[in-house]
Amino acid sequence: MSETADISHDAGGRRRVLRFAGNLTLLRVRKVSEELKQVQDEALDVDISDVERMDTVGAWLIHKLQRDHGARVIGASAEQQLLLDQVAKADTPMQVRAEHEQPMLRLVAEVGEATKTAMSTMLGLIGFFGSLCMSAWHLIRHPRRFRFNAVVTSFDMVGVRALAIIGLMSFLVGVVIAQQGAVQLRQFGAEVYTINLIGRLTFRELGILMTAIMVAGRSGSAFAAQLGSMKLAEEVDAMRTIGVSPMEALVLPRVLSTVLLMPLLGFYASIVALIGGGLLCWISLDIPPITYVQRIREVVPMTDLWSGLIKAPVFGMIIAMAGCYQGLQVRGDAEEVGMRTTAAVVQGIFLVIVLDAFFAVFFTEIGWV
Amino acid sequence: MGLILAKGDPVIEVRGLKNVFGEQVVHEGLDLDVRRGEILGVVGGSGTGKSVLMRSIIGLQTPAEGEIQVFGEQMVGRDEEEAKHIRRRWGVLFQGGALFSTLTVAENVQVPIKEFFSGLDRQLLDEIAAYKISMTGLPPLAATRYPSELSGGMRKRAGIARALALDPELLFLDEPTAGLDPIGAAAFDELIGELSHALGLTVFLITHDLDTLYAICDRVAVLADRKVVAVGTIPELLALDHEWIQEYFRGPRGRAAAAGAHEEQEAGA
Repeated sequence: MSETADISHDAGGRRRVLRFAGNLTLLRVRKVSEELKQVQDEALDVDISDVERMDTVGAWLIHKLQRDHGARVIGASAEQQLLLDQVAKADTPMQVRAEHEQPMLRLVAEVGEATKTAMSTMLGLIGFFGSLCMSAWHLIRHPRRFRFNAVVTSFDMVGVRALAIIGLMSFLVGVVIAQQGAVQLRQFGAEVYTINLIGRLTFRELGILMTAIMVAGRSGSAFAAQLGSMKLAEEVDAMRTIGVSPMEALVLPRVLSTVLLMPLLGFYASIVALIGGGLLCWISLDIPPITYVQRIREVVPMTDLWSGLIKAPVFGMIIAMAGCYQGLQVRGDAEEVGMRTTAAVVQGIFLVIVLDAFFAVFFTEIGWV
Repeated sequence: MGLILAKGDPVIEVRGLKNVFGEQVVHEGLDLDVRRGEILGVVGGSGTGKSVLMRSIIGLQTPAEGEIQVFGEQMVGRDEEEAKHIRRRWGVLFQGGALFSTLTVAENVQVPIKEFFSGLDRQLLDEIAAYKISMTGLPPLAATRYPSELSGGMRKRAGIARALALDPELLFLDEPTAGLDPIGAAAFDELIGELSHALGLTVFLITHDLDTLYAICDRVAVLADRKVVAVGTIPELLALDHEWIQEYFRGPRGRAAAAGAHEEQEAGA
């Protein structure tokens, strides 16, 4: 048995004859197709009576000879003829590779696309906020439809289970601020102001901000993934059909629990950060805890606490809304759930920081310095 | 390459197969032969382990006991590298199509070819992808689409185009016509029948579709009670006194499919 598909030319008669033998299969086709590129003739005969095995790729090569060179096929067995017919039937002009646009054009197109997406997301979020308010108003008028269980479950997930990680993170943040602050302030002999730094920074900014980032990463993403997979499994549609509003059953409990929990978590985070900073002051600056607490009470105005606590529910609202909104936008396949989850976290954190900047300016303007 | 087997020799031999998931025994003492060149339909109620049987044969599920031979070579406990040359000789269509989501349909079809036959020139590679795609009845536009842009039926067709990429001798199909419209399903049956005839394909076909069974299957294996309770042509199975088989083929759907197949034969004659 010949392993390869041999080609022999036979120019004896008026028509050139191309003779194939052996296996004309994918395994051997590379060499054959190279050789066939040399074929220039018109009106040649192709003899495949000696071909032992032929697969569709082999048949395709023969078919190309028929198509491009007007070849006549001789000696095809019934099965080979069937294969040739199959392949001939499947010969349709097709663009196999997607066209690539010019890089510059693509850049412009992508920037435009991204701008459009950002705009429509902003609009969508505002619309989402509107329908959230409407269903909240509806719920206030019909308080019996309030889903207490869903809110409690959400409390557990967003709040209780986050205590350990938020505590650990805040503690470390407190330690780092104290340590870095002390190193810098020592140069001016003003080590004692480390306490001012810790107290004011944690209550006013970092406690809440770090908590918001952690909640966005933990819960905002979870909301998006949960609602996204429910959307995929048509659970959300089933809910609507039964007459349950997804806004009321899915979104409101999540948003409500996040809004309520953010101030608590933020306050908790600030306190733990304060403890972390205090510990470092005690160990490395020899400031005893009593003095530390006393100084904190003197230097941190009450407005710092208020400015932190006022921001917290707003941040919670934004994080939960971004998560739920993105989750409900899922259409198509599982891949999109992943993309939407990422988008939820990125948007949540981004909006939180933008708003934080506004709040900072605002609180300073009203004299809460 | 392995031995070239004559028509009628078993391509797949399963002996004493046992599959267990936790407490649940799916297969026990299961024997099955698939002969060269035949289209074997595998039927059975939901949860009788049709897909598990297929996964065991193609090596995705390691059985608790038993032997599986494909092309005369032992498959159980084979290491991945060694099994590679056997894998090249079969194609698999999974239930949902299982296309690679980051590649276009044409690129999906080219993956196995590139994997096993590197160095084919681009043009031939593209031509192969093109005719395989239109062979499965997909419109030319589908070639540059991504799987997420296709309907379920089109995904299935693209899946079979990929399964056929290497011109396999053995084809595993897991419910190929499920989710297709009747016209598409009939075209699919015809396609599989023609290809198996022309290429000498052996087909292991899991199906619920009675029309497919009547239209193209040479033999049918019935899975029940954790084993293959019967293998044979449909008339042979009908002669058996087994409750599930009788219900399956004599039920309203079974009768309708039989009548349809009969009509078609008359029209052909």
